[in-house]
Amino acid sequence: MTTPAGAAIRVRGLEKSYGKLDVLRGVDFDVARGSVFALLGSNGAGKTTTVRILATLLKADAGTAGVNGFDVATQAADVRASISLTGQFAAVDEILSGRENLVLVARLRHLTNPGAIADELLERFSLSDAATRRVSTYSGGMRRRLDIAMSLIGNSPVVFLDEPTAGLDPEARIEVWQTVKQLAGSGTTVLLTTQYLDEAEQLADRIAILHQGRIIANGTLAELKRLLPPAKVEYVEKQPTLEEVFLAVIGDTKGAGER
Amino acid sequence: MTTYVFGDTAVLTGRTLRHVTRSVDTIITTAITPIAMMLMFVYVFGGAIDIGSDGYVSYLLPGILLITIASGTAYTALRLFTDLASGIFERFQSMPIARSGVLWAHVLTSLVANLASLVLVVGVALLMGFRSGAGALAWLAVAGIVLLFTLALTWIAVIAGLSAKTAEGGGAFAYPLIFLPFVSSAFVPTETMPGPIRWFAENQPVTSIVDTIRGLFAQQPVGDDIWTALAWCAGILVVAYLFAMAAYRKKIA
Repeated sequence: MTTPAGAAIRVRGLEKSYGKLDVLRGVDFDVARGSVFALLGSNGAGKTTTVRILATLLKADAGTAGVNGFDVATQAADVRASISLTGQFAAVDEILSGRENLVLVARLRHLTNPGAIADELLERFSLSDAATRRVSTYSGGMRRRLDIAMSLIGNSPVVFLDEPTAGLDPEARIEVWQTVKQLAGSGTTVLLTTQYLDEAEQLADRIAILHQGRIIANGTLAELKRLLPPAKVEYVEKQPTLEEVFLAVIGDTKGAGER
Repeated sequence: MTTYVFGDTAVLTGRTLRHVTRSVDTIITTAITPIAMMLMFVYVFGGAIDIGSDGYVSYLLPGILLITIASGTAYTALRLFTDLASGIFERFQSMPIARSGVLWAHVLTSLVANLASLVLVVGVALLMGFRSGAGALAWLAVAGIVLLFTLALTWIAVIAGLSAKTAEGGGAFAYPLIFLPFVSSAFVPTETMPGPIRWFAENQPVTSIVDTIRGLFAQQPVGDDIWTALAWCAGILVVAYLFAMAAYRKKIA
């Protein structure tokens, strides 16, 4: 594709308001090709609005945004050909089966052999047993896995994950994390939004903190840590976290500490 | 991208059609109210209604068909609303596909689902004694008018589905449309109605459509009624389509 080396996503002075409510008040950031970038912020910080603008679902009031070298306002169709979006709520068809959902997306992306693509993804996301069941019978974690699997069809160079682990139990959350790490390993650029600090810490190469419509900090984890008071050395008995206890009790072998 | 308009629309229509075939109850629910009305009007009120010709079933069937379509399109609005609420609509809009295909899929599905309900209602009418000596051409004309009316109401349903805040709100537009045939020539001759109501009944779209279909079924000349009916259907269709497109553009930014 006609893409300048370097930034896969470039955002400059992005502004958006709904009536009197200013959601974005001049957002700037770059996401390097093949990296995982986390947009960290609390509810209402403007994370979803940013993603919706980048995914061509919403028009910005001011500022520019480019994805994979294409402008979101003037080259929307090219942007859509470069991206994949996993929204905040699992965007799956409840009435279709898991397999039918995957075949549907593969057909809409005009790929050959949609059935084989679906079967491969079902296998990879441990959904083979539930392949022919209606999605309305799936658990929250299965739904989210299917949702992400649907987003991977077509190998888009840029993937947006809007709060991919919101509402998931710890096991499902770790599964999603592993998927994101695999994606990053295969050279896909990932923009991830989250309100969980540990998620950003686990996954992201760079983290930007979005607060009240502005980026107030942007850097690697090490750089962000330097913004804080220097570390003090203290001796504390390390208790297991509740998450570690939970995973040990239910006998999950691929626990959080593994990766 | 234009080369995929038909292919993408076909794939998306296949999806929405599956929603209908996997909830056949929506087709039955659509048909059951008009069928119940038909039974009630023919066997309960029918004896007291003097329409001065033979077979009240044949007299009221055209109006019943319109009521069926009105209640059927409520499900069109509901299906569209559900897509919007679930986020799958946004997924499709963020993909490199013919974007309008999502709407057209719902419109085409609406035509198919309504056709199924109409066949069910006509089947019951036949059992109740409805007969028509209409030839192929007259049946074709009836089918054409019914199709045009369904299309017009479907685009109204699209507006409702796109702009609704709740699932219940999405289907609410259908209630006034279901009741419109009662203040028309559908059940009783308009001559029996008092002044202003009679004026309304004779000048609202349902009367001309009902009179046209009734005339075609009875092999009687339909006169100017057919042109008034077609003008109403086409007019509603164009206005509803424009408003639906405006609502759609607002939705996809």
